[in-house]
Amino acid sequence: MDALAKERLVGIARTWYEQMRDGIVPYVRLPTRTKHNIEYDDESEVWKYGDKESTRAATTEKSAVHLLKMAYVIGFLKQQLVENRSSTLRELYYISEGWKRAKFSAQDESNLLIEDLEIITDVQREAFHLRPEEDGASIFGPLRIRETTRRGVREMHCQEDVGEAGYPIPNNVDTLDFVDHDAKFVIAIETGGMYARLMENGFDEEYGAILVHLKGQPARSTRRVLRRLSDSLDLPVVVFTDGDPWSYRIYASVAYGSIKSAHMSELLATPQAQFVGVQPTDISDYDLPSDRLTEQDVNALKAELTDPRFATEYWHNQINLQLEMKLKSEQQAFASRGLDFVTKEYLPTRLSEMGVI
Amino acid sequence: MGIAEDLAREQRSISVAEFFEKNKHLLGFDSPTRGIITTIKEAVDNALDACEEAEVLPDIFVGIRKVGDDVYRITVEDNGPGIVPENIPFVFGKLLYGSRFHQIRQSRGQQGIGISAAVLYAQLTTGTPALVVSRTGAREKAHRFELMIRTETNEPQIVSHEEIDWDRTHGTRIEIEFKSTLAAKKRLLDYLRLTAIVNPHARITADIDGEVTSFERASDEVPPCPRPVLPHPHGIEFGALKRLADASDGTVEEFLIESFSRVGKKTAEEMIGIAGLKPTRRVRRLGADELKLLLDAMQGVRVPAPPAQQCLSPIGEDLICRGLEKEIQLDFVRARTRPSAVHSGHAFIIEAALGYGGKLPSEGNAQIFRFANRVPLLYQQGACTITGAVSQVNWRNYGLSQQTLPVGPALIMVHVASTNVPFTSESKDAVASIPEIEREIVLVLQELGRELKAYLSRRERKKQQDDRARAVCSIIPEIAAKVSEIVELPLVDTSPLEGRIMRKVVAKKQTNDGKVCIRVTNYTNSEVALTLYNLSSDTAEDAEPQPDFVDDIGGEYNKVWRCRLDVGEAWQVLYTGVGDGVLDLRGVEDTMKVVVDLDV
Repeated sequence: MDALAKERLVGIARTWYEQMRDGIVPYVRLPTRTKHNIEYDDESEVWKYGDKESTRAATTEKSAVHLLKMAYVIGFLKQQLVENRSSTLRELYYISEGWKRAKFSAQDESNLLIEDLEIITDVQREAFHLRPEEDGASIFGPLRIRETTRRGVREMHCQEDVGEAGYPIPNNVDTLDFVDHDAKFVIAIETGGMYARLMENGFDEEYGAILVHLKGQPARSTRRVLRRLSDSLDLPVVVFTDGDPWSYRIYASVAYGSIKSAHMSELLATPQAQFVGVQPTDISDYDLPSDRLTEQDVNALKAELTDPRFATEYWHNQINLQLEMKLKSEQQAFASRGLDFVTKEYLPTRLSEMGVI
Repeated sequence: MGIAEDLAREQRSISVAEFFEKNKHLLGFDSPTRGIITTIKEAVDNALDACEEAEVLPDIFVGIRKVGDDVYRITVEDNGPGIVPENIPFVFGKLLYGSRFHQIRQSRGQQGIGISAAVLYAQLTTGTPALVVSRTGAREKAHRFELMIRTETNEPQIVSHEEIDWDRTHGTRIEIEFKSTLAAKKRLLDYLRLTAIVNPHARITADIDGEVTSFERASDEVPPCPRPVLPHPHGIEFGALKRLADASDGTVEEFLIESFSRVGKKTAEEMIGIAGLKPTRRVRRLGADELKLLLDAMQGVRVPAPPAQQCLSPIGEDLICRGLEKEIQLDFVRARTRPSAVHSGHAFIIEAALGYGGKLPSEGNAQIFRFANRVPLLYQQGACTITGAVSQVNWRNYGLSQQTLPVGPALIMVHVASTNVPFTSESKDAVASIPEIEREIVLVLQELGRELKAYLSRRERKKQQDDRARAVCSIIPEIAAKVSEIVELPLVDTSPLEGRIMRKVVAKKQTNDGKVCIRVTNYTNSEVALTLYNLSSDTAEDAEPQPDFVDDIGGEYNKVWRCRLDVGEAWQVLYTGVGDGVLDLRGVEDTMKVVVDLDV
C-alpha cells in the first residue's frame, strides 16, 4: 500500500517534470468539485463526481503557487512514506510554515489540497500516513467490537464495557471488526443532547438500537462505520437530526456522500440510510417550539432545491413546506412535551411508519 | 382704540442688519464652529476676487489665534488692489454693499453680505470692532479702521481711523474677534485645500494657532478676469426690465439692441413684431401691460446663448489636473471642460475631474468635491444637484461599484461656473436642481467614466501580464527545483518554456551563496541592444564581465552594462554581493521586457 501511494504521488511530479522538459507549462486536471458536477451512480447507488473537469495550469501566479504547494506536499509525503512516519492534517498545515511561498494560508487550503491528491492518485489519505484529528464521535448499543490498537487487540461490548460517553470511534476504522450484535437497527443522531437522552431513557435496550453520535457534520471515520454497520451486519440505518437545512445536509452526506469527498462515496456513503426527522411536517404535527428561518437558512433551503442529492418528491415537498412555514426546530424541542416523549411516542411511531420496527 | 391702531404702533421697518442678526443661519453662521469657516470663506473669496480683478497672483494669509476663553482672532490678509479709504466702512460695515451685485459675470462673492455679516457676528458675540487695514498702492499710505455696524440702520460706525505705514505696497487685511471653537479645524483645512485646488494660481498660507500649513501654486498664470456682459433677453424678469426701460432714452428697438446681449436689429424687430409695438416708441413711455407683452415676446424669440467666453472663467482641464495632483496623490486623473450652456438666460460651464487610486481610501463612498464659481461647497452635500447627478450615472459601467454614490478609491470633482449659480439658499451650500445643469454634469461624468474604464482595463491587462510573468519566470523555476528533487533527476531547465510563453526580453536576478547572478535572455524574434542598470549596495568589483561604468550614489552603486543580444541569445553577469537593490532594463519597449527579481 505504501509503495503504491508513493509511486502514485511521485507519478504526479514525474508528469510535471516531463511537461516542463518538453516546454509545456505544468498542469493538473481535476473533476470540478461542486454540486453541479455530481452524478448518481446506479451501480453503487451513491453520488460521485461527473465528467466536468477543470485544468489548473501554472500560467497565473495563483495557479502556479497552487502547483508549487502541491509539489511541496508531494515531497513531504514521499519523505514521510520513505521514513515510515505519520502526521495529522493539522501538523501538515504547520509544517508548511517553513515552505516560504508554498506556505498554506489556512488549514482548509491544505485539507482541500490533500483531497485533490486523493482524487488524482485514487488513493485515500490514510495511505499517505495522514490522519485527521480525533473528532469524538461515538457508539452505544448492543454490539461487540474488536479493535487492533498500538498496544494489542482489545475486545469490548458497546453497552457493558464502555462509560457514559460510549465507545469512541477511532480514526482508522480498518482496524475495527464487528464480533457480534443483538441489534435490530442503527440510529445516527446529530446532537450530543439527544444521544444522551436516548441512552438515559434506555431506548437502545428497549428497541435493540445501536446509537451513533454524529457530532454535527460526521467525520469520514463515522460515515465509514455507518456504511460498514449497514453492509456487514445488514442492519437498517436511520438518521435523526435537527429540522433545518444544515441538518438535511448531514443526512445527505451520510446517505448520498458529500460534495467534498464524492471521490470516495463508495466507501463513505450509506445509500440505504433513511431520514427520521425532525421533518418540517413534524414541526406542525407536534406543534414543536420553533425559531424563524434566517436569511441564510432560506438561501440554504433554496440551494438544496437545486442540489441533485435532494431531487426527490419527498425532499421537495418537505423543503417547500418549510419555506412556507418559515420555521425550524431542534430535535431537543420534543422535550417541550416531556422528557420521555421522544422515546415513548415520537420515535416508535415514526420508525414503525418507516417499517424499521 | 381698535386693534388695528394698536398694531399700527408696533409696525415699523426692519433693517437688513437686524434681520440677519436674528437669522444668522441663512448666511452660514448657525454655530460658532461654522462661523469660523464662513468668515474665512467670505474673506478668502473676496481676496481672490479682488486679486483676479487686479490681475495679480494671489498671496493669501489666513491666521487663527486663541486670544481668550473661546475667543479667537481671525486674520485674513491679501495682496489685492486694496480698497479706497472712503469705501472701506461700507464694504465691511454695511450689509448688501458690493461691486458685483449689478454685474453679469462669474464671481465668487455677489451680494456683498458675506464679510459684513462676519463683522456683525463678531460684534454680537464679543462686542469688539473689526480691524481693517488697506493700501491701494506704493504712493498711498495705508488706512487703518476700527469698524462696527449700527444694526438698527445698517450703517457703518467708524470707531477709529488713522493713516499708518504698512510693509505691503497694496492689499487688505481684516481682523475679527469672535467666540468660537476649533472643532472644525479639519474641515477648515479641507476648505483651504479645496480652494487651492480650484485656484491653482493662488498661494495660501494658514497659521492655525501656531500650526502653519501652506498650499503652494501650481501655476504662475493669472486667470483672465471675467468681464461683465449685458443681460440676456431670456434671463430677465419684469422688475428688472422695467428698471432698465425707465432708465433708457431710446426707442424700443434701440433699447433692445443696446441693453441686451446677443440682440441685433433682426432679433429686435422680431420681438417688437410679436409684441405688436411700434419700433419707434420711446421705451420709457410704455405702459406696464405693453412691457409685459414685450417681455413675453423676448422670451419667445430664439436668441443665441450669452457670450460665455467673456463672462465666465473656467479653470481648464490642465489646471484642474495640476491642482488636484499637487494636493492629492492619484494614479489616474482626467478633467473635462464642457462647452458653455444656458439656464434661464444665464450662461454656465460645467467642468469635472475624475481621480482614481493613489492615496484615496479604497473603502467607502468616493469623495465628491463640489465647487461653484471656484468656491468649494462644504455643507449639504445631499441636497446638491451635483450629488444628484453623480448618483444618476451608472458607475458600474465604468468599473466602479456603486450604492447610490460610487464606491471605492475614486474622487469626483465638479465645478459649476455661471453668471448666476442657482443656490438652494443664501448660505450657498448647495446648487439647486436645474435640469439643464444636471444634464451637463451627467454628460461630463459619463465622458470621464469612459476614460476611467479604459484606464482600468489597461491596468487589468498589465496586471495579468505581470502575473503571468511572475508565474512563468519566478514560480515555475521553483516548481522545477522541487519536482526534480522528488523524481531524483537533474534540475529540469525551464528556459525553453519561459521563452515560448514570454516572447520577450527576460532579465532575472538571483542570489545564491553570496553570488549575485543576473541573466538576460532575448526571446523576441529580433536583435536587441540594451542597457542594464543594477542599483544596490554591492560594489561588484569582481563582476564578470566588468560594468561599463559605476556611479557611486551616496553609498549605493549603480552598475551599468551595455549588451547586444541576437535572437535567442543569453547574456549573464556574476559578482560577489548580497543581491539587494533594484534591476532595470532600458532600450526595449516596456511591453517587450520582463524583469524578475528572484531575491524578493
